[in-house]
Amino acid sequence: MIPDWMPFLVSLRLGLWVTGILLALCFPLAWLFARTKGGWAIWVETAASLPLVLAPTVLGFLLLSAISPRGPVGAFFLGAFGWKLSFTFAGIVIGGCVSGLPFMLTALKTGILGVPSSLVEASYSLGKGRVETALRVVIPNMKAGLLAGIVMTFAHAIGEFGIVLMVGGSVPGVTKTVSIAVYERVEALDFGGARAYAAVLVVASYVAVFALNRLQRQEARR
Amino acid sequence: MLSFYLVKRLRAGKRSFDLEVEYDLPRGAFLGVRGPSGSGKTTLIRCIAGLERPDGGRIQVEGDRWYDSSLSVSLPVQRRKVGLVFQDYALFPNMTVLGNVLYACPDESRAAELLELVKLEDRASYFPRELSGGQKQRAALARALARRPELLLLDEPLSALDEELREELGDEIRRIQRASGITAIIVSHSKREISRLCDEVLEIRSGKLDDSGLAVY
Repeated sequence: MIPDWMPFLVSLRLGLWVTGILLALCFPLAWLFARTKGGWAIWVETAASLPLVLAPTVLGFLLLSAISPRGPVGAFFLGAFGWKLSFTFAGIVIGGCVSGLPFMLTALKTGILGVPSSLVEASYSLGKGRVETALRVVIPNMKAGLLAGIVMTFAHAIGEFGIVLMVGGSVPGVTKTVSIAVYERVEALDFGGARAYAAVLVVASYVAVFALNRLQRQEARR
Repeated sequence: MLSFYLVKRLRAGKRSFDLEVEYDLPRGAFLGVRGPSGSGKTTLIRCIAGLERPDGGRIQVEGDRWYDSSLSVSLPVQRRKVGLVFQDYALFPNMTVLGNVLYACPDESRAAELLELVKLEDRASYFPRELSGGQKQRAALARALARRPELLLLDEPLSALDEELREELGDEIRRIQRASGITAIIVSHSKREISRLCDEVLEIRSGKLDDSGLAVY
């Protein structure tokens, strides 16, 4: 039996926010990285990939130091807008975005690189600017990369543990996600509850990745 | 009248050389650019189109200055009135033939007129993946002409086709070029193809102009 469904709702909200924000943020970045040869781009791209190799607790600690009321980012938001970021839903969204950044960025960059440059040049030669070319030519022709970015980022965000725990703690209904609920069930020696949470998370992740693989195969056949 | 003088440093493997070409082409003429692979012929039309920036020189089309290094003038590709046909045709896979033409010019009567000109009116609702090589080439030509460009640039548009189709479509390109009265430049490896289609021939070897003049039929 699932002891409480609220962590699923929090995870779902977190996944949707993180995926939406990263989609908007990463597309122009991925475009820049895909079309820029060498120079400064490799430095920024390396920094954006760091969450893949850094321990989530290390990343979470660094992030907490930055967004806590005494940290530079946290102090700014508290002073300017009266928003507290640490141990709030906004805080775990920021954490999820940092942790999911390389997933979305890599998938979108691969997708953009998969669109022949002659299509982009053809669009430019027909008088279209970058935005119209991106919306009408690049995005419709990189569906596989786009789907990969969305699914991988969403799946990663709903399963994120280390960073979310560090920056958000475990506030029921606010920052307590499914993975934190599993951890707490295990700590309380309630293995049945932990198993139930874990099973739902495994099934949801499997379905998401299965759907992605299927769609990618369909795209490849076209 | 198209008038250009272009200089650009090119690399071919470990070798590097200067592409340096000057030419004046009368309005409505069809120029063929010929030369071996890596000689700079595609770079030449990419520079004219504005897809690559030359190191120096000037490009003037019908009195409009598209590029002049001495005046730091360089119009972006979007503002140069060129129609481009790529070697791989570069048709947008997510759009139908009609959609490709309408993307260039959202005037349905103009699109219908062009599809009739390239004999693709019965393929308007087809996607590029459903077309043969020759049909793709025609669709790309219709799209390139949609904005009524002042200059039509064709980068080896026939190279992916078999011999018989090359001749047929080459003649069709010539017919369409004459019908629209547009100044055109075609890049090709084939001396025969260029001699057959073009009014004037420009031969480039390692970036330098070798010969030019009236085509020998």
